[in-house]
Amino acid sequence: MSAQYKLVHCTINGKEVEKMVDVRASLTDMLRNDYHLTSVKKGCEVGECGACNVLINGEAFNSCIYLAVWAEGKDIRTLEGLLSPDGELSDIQKAFVEETAIQCGFCTPGFIMTAVEILETGKLYTDEELRKLLSGHLCRCTGYENIFRAVKKTMYRRHGKAIDF
Amino acid sequence: MYDMKALYEASSVEEAVALRVAHPEAQIIAGGSDVLVQMREGRRAGKELISIYGIDALRGVSLDAEEALRIGSLTSFSHITRDPLIQKYCNVLGEAVDQVGSPQIRNIGTIGGNTCNGVTSADSASTLHAYEAIVELTGQNGVRRLPIKDFYIKAGQVDIKPDEIQTAILIPKASWENTFGHYIKYGLRNAMEIATLGCSVNVRLSADKRTIERCRIAYGVAGPVPMRCPSAEAAANGAAPSKALAERFARAVIDDINPRDSWRASKAFRQHIAVEMAKRALTRAVELAGGEMA
Repeated sequence: MSAQYKLVHCTINGKEVEKMVDVRASLTDMLRNDYHLTSVKKGCEVGECGACNVLINGEAFNSCIYLAVWAEGKDIRTLEGLLSPDGELSDIQKAFVEETAIQCGFCTPGFIMTAVEILETGKLYTDEELRKLLSGHLCRCTGYENIFRAVKKTMYRRHGKAIDF
Repeated sequence: MYDMKALYEASSVEEAVALRVAHPEAQIIAGGSDVLVQMREGRRAGKELISIYGIDALRGVSLDAEEALRIGSLTSFSHITRDPLIQKYCNVLGEAVDQVGSPQIRNIGTIGGNTCNGVTSADSASTLHAYEAIVELTGQNGVRRLPIKDFYIKAGQVDIKPDEIQTAILIPKASWENTFGHYIKYGLRNAMEIATLGCSVNVRLSADKRTIERCRIAYGVAGPVPMRCPSAEAAANGAAPSKALAERFARAVIDDINPRDSWRASKAFRQHIAVEMAKRALTRAVELAGGEMA
């Protein structure tokens, strides 16, 4: 069978875009190859590691197991969309730096996009709840504690509360 | 890129049925968290897919005319857990599917996919069996409904005809009314884990909370398909809730279940934890129903 293409239009990081996409492509393929959004990492490619995680209509999805054609009409956000126009990092990104929650950085974009979903619920989660909410990501170098602290710190800051690690 | 022969997308149930008839070899894909992984692994490589993911009419939870909880087959696990009707009438189902995979998997995974897979370890399956859920399938000749126990034929095989797709799962009022349930998943870790054993118990107590009017228990991974435990239920039905009853009830499950040895756990270990899980799940269900284990 000859290659099958489909026009997919969607919003990516606030901008309306459209491109002809190979129906065999994953959303990871589309975001990296067609839109050069390289924060979306190719990790396990079977939905286990969370390195390719992006927000679709505000919910976190592993883009490696999401067909690119399903992006039609959706609002997609990647790590690149968190940067302010003057290049300033967002609060959650700064917290990752402050807490040394990054070593090789491969898991970081995925973790941060899940953190964005968590933070946007506006809820103040317990440590146990937060650990469960972050459980869809694998990190092989810094360990999880610093990442956990970065997310918790940002959550507390947004609630105007003092942190109690 | 996925090694896919062709992709057909349905935006309505009618289109999906027509595509099923036109492409009998094609595999249905809902959220894809199993199908795409199997395609990547090579097990489903080179296949045609019929995507039903775009059928928004199959999303959401409602109460139908008979007050059955109607869960659209494409409702994601996370939406089931957050749904106010589920929380009010069948909270245990929301808790059970909140133990599937990871948060991202729960955003993409659907209850329809979870059941159509036909795997015994599906986190929704034991609770759906314990609530005598009804599976709704739609094909060329309209809608067909069957009890979930008949939907599961054998490991990996469910009763879905070549022209059908699953369109809803219903939990009858008779199952959820005044009924409280608890699900326990035993796994080696808390996230991204397939159940070694899953146990779902629900009870309906008398008005004075002194009698278990009805008890239902079902397991996943206690056999090739999810299963109920008639002997254990018989031991609990009409009895007064007590620690001694919980022991008797839990011991009785051994007569009903048939777990196997696998690399995850031995048969003996599964039997051992099945007893303990039955006891704990019954105790919790009775507490949720406002009773006490005397």
